[in-house]
Amino acid sequence: MQTDATIDHGHAEKPPHLRFQFSDSARQFHAAKFGMWLFLGQEVMFFSALLCAYAYYRNQFPVAWSMASHRINTTFGLLETIDLLFSSFTVALAIHFVRLGRRGITTLLLFVTLCCGLIFLCMHSYEYYTEWHEGLLPGRFFHPEAEWHLPMESAMFFSCYFFTTVLHSIHVIIGVGVLGVIMIFNIRGKYSPAYYTHVEVGGLYWHLVDLIWIFLFPLYYLVA
Amino acid sequence: MSLAAVEEEPRHPEGAEPDYIRGKSGVMSWVLTLDHKRIALLYLGTVTLTFFLGGVFALALRTELLVPENGVMDAMTYNRMFTLHGVTMVFFFMIPAIPGVFGNFFLPIMIGAHDVAFPRLNLASYYLYLAAVCLGLWGMIHGGTDTGWTFYTPYSTTTTTTVLPILAAAFVNGFSSILTGVNFIVTIHTLRADGMHWMRLPLFIWALYGTSVIQVLATPVIGITLALCAVEHFLGTGIFDPARGGDPILFQHLFWFYSHPAVYIMVLPAFGVASELVGAFTRKPLVGYRMIALSTFGIAFVGFLAWGHHLFTSGQSAVDAGVFGFLSMLIGVFTAIKMFNWVGSMYKASIVMAAPFIYTLGFFFLTVFGGMTGVALATISLDVHWQDTYFVVAHFHFIMAGAVVMMFLGALHYWFPKMFGKLYTEGPAMVGAVLVILGFIGTFTPQFFLGNEGMPRRYYSYPAHFQWLHVTSTIFAYILFLGLLLVLINLIVALANGKQAPNNPWGAPQYEWDIPSPPTEHNFPATPVINRDPYEYRGQEIIENAN
Repeated sequence: MQTDATIDHGHAEKPPHLRFQFSDSARQFHAAKFGMWLFLGQEVMFFSALLCAYAYYRNQFPVAWSMASHRINTTFGLLETIDLLFSSFTVALAIHFVRLGRRGITTLLLFVTLCCGLIFLCMHSYEYYTEWHEGLLPGRFFHPEAEWHLPMESAMFFSCYFFTTVLHSIHVIIGVGVLGVIMIFNIRGKYSPAYYTHVEVGGLYWHLVDLIWIFLFPLYYLVA
Repeated sequence: MSLAAVEEEPRHPEGAEPDYIRGKSGVMSWVLTLDHKRIALLYLGTVTLTFFLGGVFALALRTELLVPENGVMDAMTYNRMFTLHGVTMVFFFMIPAIPGVFGNFFLPIMIGAHDVAFPRLNLASYYLYLAAVCLGLWGMIHGGTDTGWTFYTPYSTTTTTTVLPILAAAFVNGFSSILTGVNFIVTIHTLRADGMHWMRLPLFIWALYGTSVIQVLATPVIGITLALCAVEHFLGTGIFDPARGGDPILFQHLFWFYSHPAVYIMVLPAFGVASELVGAFTRKPLVGYRMIALSTFGIAFVGFLAWGHHLFTSGQSAVDAGVFGFLSMLIGVFTAIKMFNWVGSMYKASIVMAAPFIYTLGFFFLTVFGGMTGVALATISLDVHWQDTYFVVAHFHFIMAGAVVMMFLGALHYWFPKMFGKLYTEGPAMVGAVLVILGFIGTFTPQFFLGNEGMPRRYYSYPAHFQWLHVTSTIFAYILFLGLLLVLINLIVALANGKQAPNNPWGAPQYEWDIPSPPTEHNFPATPVINRDPYEYRGQEIIENAN
């Protein structure tokens, strides 16, 4: 928080959450949301460079790409997708209820969202674990079972797959951390229908994390 | 700006809010400050250091090139030096310099705000930048790298030099840049004072807006590209490795998708400063405000679509090359719109000749010739001849480095009285400005000739008949360095012994000159109401400067 609560710029009744540089809460809320949207814009560009590499190499090695895609676990991918979609729904509900001032149910919904994030991470870790054992790894670590007849170019699939999904998982970890902090703040009574910026902005970020997965799932798991 | 009450009062009346420098004291009040003006000064300290460091690397290069081969260093040291010169100047000086220092200081003041929208994020941006500089320095101390600042694969993924910390530094610096961009865009949208509608926005703010859009949308691409490069170096993932089916040209595309717009991250703020300086020193309203503002977005937008001109000789199809060449030339049109309006503003004006305006003239010269050689380089048949020669080196030093250095120094002199509340001495400042401009032009003009005659860039040795051009270039590089030293000493002396600056020592029409020098902690006693255009000249007299 700013340490300038004593400075009065002519607003006699300043709400405690209003920073000195803003004239009113609505504008401050708008600024925070707008800032997050811009940040999401940069996240999209961040992943788009990887999708560009994906498009290029898939076009170069269509057969190797399709064969490699057969080797990753579509069932797990589908379950992860459902898990994340459900978490998007719960975080949206959390924003709805914090607006109504229902602190208890907001905490519960944030907790469910957080758990969904953790479930996703566990499932994906298990996927990585099996791929590690099967030798389905990027670049020079690629050593699959000979009977699968995977061409060497499939290594490029796994390079793209690992880099993109690990980066996405890092985003999930950050999202879980952010939502965790917001949940603790909510338990401590920081938010009210007059001020719930963190919940809204954190929710926006979580939606983006889910949205990226919605693209990654068909691109990596379903191209076969 | 309706600040009549402030203008009539003495600068520091009893009981008034103290200025931002004397308001708080102690080390912690600086390192943990959330005040945009103090953060700007933190940036100023750091970019001055990186500018000096980059300059020392450059002088080492020029000294080596005095003789055709085996001068003061071996070939490997030379390779490291030009890499460190490029990395330091591009990532640690030119990208953060003008937005970090003058953007931070003046953006809120110019739009009538008390601070940026997210002050803590602003401080975080600074520390990310500082962390990047420290990482970079750490890498340099541990041997540095020899890839060139472009980190082209597959060389950068196979070199045995310390490339990882330098890549990490550029990556971290990118986040600083992105967060600054987000902060500035949100500030411009949400914190404009009443009456500050879009067509009253000072042109420096328009320039920062365009810059911020590029920072937010282009920087993440270099981030991911450098990360791919680092992972490949570390783990051999093969994304850019031809031996594993990877394509090094993909790296070039992704790299230039950022690094070409990055040229405008560096140069658009310089254009913005030029508009402010022309507005202040021509003593009449600026010509073509709307055109200058809108051409900024022309440059920012088309800048995203021109990266392919770096790959004319990388196996690009003729059609692609033609399209990229055409789009690159279009940027010249938008820049020319600005240039004609600046020159039009100077026509029949009673120009005040002071150090900041001398830098502006230097900027005009470098931008015109740097820009026109850029249009020439966008012509495919000519580029094939000039690709990777000193001609390209001279071109981008004129337009990119030259424009930024001129306007960084111009802005520093122009806003110095407002930032520090002190007047500098005009005489040495003008001599310094002339030395810097002559030094700069003299350093790079011979390099146009060298390049045209076929001298490739980044070469350690050269045929003996090129020597006189190299020697000339080196002599002027030392003159440039002397000029910069004079500027530094003059400003340090002014900081220590300068006279107290009045609110508006230049008699400039812009908003920021209405508030006290230096400003108070929250810039304005109350949120101001803007009731005039930014370049509406009101017949202010220049209050006699220090000499």
